[in-house]
Amino acid sequence: MVGIVGYGSYIPVYRIKVEDIASQWGMDPQAVKKGLLVNEKTVPAMDEDTITISVQATKYALQRAQIDPQEIGAVYIGSESHPYAVKPSGTVLIDAIGIGPDVHVADFEFACKAGTEAMFVAYSHVKAGNMKYALGIGADTSQGAPGDALEYTASAGGSAFIMGSEKVIAEFEYTYSFTSDTGDFWRREGMKYPKHGGRFTGEPAYFHHVISSGKGILEKSGLKASDFAYAIFHMPNGKFPQKAGKILGFGKEQLEPGWVVPWMGNTYSGSSPTGLSATLDIAKPGDRILLVSFGSGAGSDSFVFKVTDEITSVQDRAPKFREMLDGHKIYLNYGEYLKHYDKIHMNE
Amino acid sequence: MIVPKYTREIPQRFRLEAEKCTKCGYIAFPPRLICPECGQKSFQMIQLQPEGKILTYTIIHVAADAFSTQTPFAVAIIETKEGARMTAQVVDCTLEKIETGKDVKLMLRCIQREGKAGILQYGYKAILSR
Repeated sequence: MVGIVGYGSYIPVYRIKVEDIASQWGMDPQAVKKGLLVNEKTVPAMDEDTITISVQATKYALQRAQIDPQEIGAVYIGSESHPYAVKPSGTVLIDAIGIGPDVHVADFEFACKAGTEAMFVAYSHVKAGNMKYALGIGADTSQGAPGDALEYTASAGGSAFIMGSEKVIAEFEYTYSFTSDTGDFWRREGMKYPKHGGRFTGEPAYFHHVISSGKGILEKSGLKASDFAYAIFHMPNGKFPQKAGKILGFGKEQLEPGWVVPWMGNTYSGSSPTGLSATLDIAKPGDRILLVSFGSGAGSDSFVFKVTDEITSVQDRAPKFREMLDGHKIYLNYGEYLKHYDKIHMNE
Repeated sequence: MIVPKYTREIPQRFRLEAEKCTKCGYIAFPPRLICPECGQKSFQMIQLQPEGKILTYTIIHVAADAFSTQTPFAVAIIETKEGARMTAQVVDCTLEKIETGKDVKLMLRCIQREGKAGILQYGYKAILSR
């Protein structure tokens, strides 16, 4: 049996309310909140980035897995906000955690599904017998241009998953991916902010890929929506995952635990992995969980997990996601938010 | 902070690696060649727990250029459970919450950026325990 042996999430303590962003740009705050189903989002501290978020999420994953980090043979971080253009985020992480140096490290990119790519490859290594444990992470300090629709949701956070074959807490039962060349969202080399196709990001991009991927894994597995306790769909806003779930036959109670976007925002590569982490926090032995990511460009990875008896012994070994989400918060005004995201041009 | 110096300090800044004198038990952080307490040269490497308490602190209102956008910020002397002492920024709280004697946890954060193109330097900072 190959699956997740440890998991952990981390989000910053800083928040900004959607109405504070809307007011800045002359938009109706209530209309924006109602349209997106998002109330507030996480904001990185000025000293936080994809690397520091990944490190803390990994520490929590190790607290749950209780393994020797030296036995981890691969470290993959998926993000679209790696702090360096050239120098892998994973190099800092392995030295911070005490992994390696005999370890394979790579950074992944695929818009918002880079995290599930990292998980997929980490899982595949263990399944192939290449190594005892592998680490897959999805984390972001997401980018959104001032005044752009993305600014209401682009947030910070991430989740880490250690894959192994002993003391598995959630077995990978099936995987499926669906990918095409779709220009819904992109960021050219050297540009600070991504651009997107507005409404084109909906039906031809998100829904086409997420529904196709979801249907694909249900057909491959022979399972139906009612066979699952929970399902998580990528969360660019509050509405899209609920609509996708409904199309595939999932009810609100199946989506609720992993539907973290209303109070966290869209952590891009960390979005659906963090929904999975929040769901594992409350899952019970025997539960089946469907995870469907989405990355613009575009593609969608789907996973079917079966939760094992081991889950109950690891859930309380590290902070749970909802404790972090509902715990200590510091609210920022729009000016402070710009400073945190380094959006103000300063004299050198 | 130049790149070679930063790289050499990674075991301490990333993993809190200290040395314990095998004769008198003195904890050296960062490591030393000779024990300042007993003068002998034999040490055992230990990893400090990322927890401690604030011994004292100050608020920086006028900072060096690299830190000017962060003012006002707190810098504290932290004593870990093993007795090692270090200076670290205290972050993720409003300044009025910081008090001598409060428990803290140490987390990896970016401690300095060398302009827009230079190396990013990571290390420990303190957050109040909750």
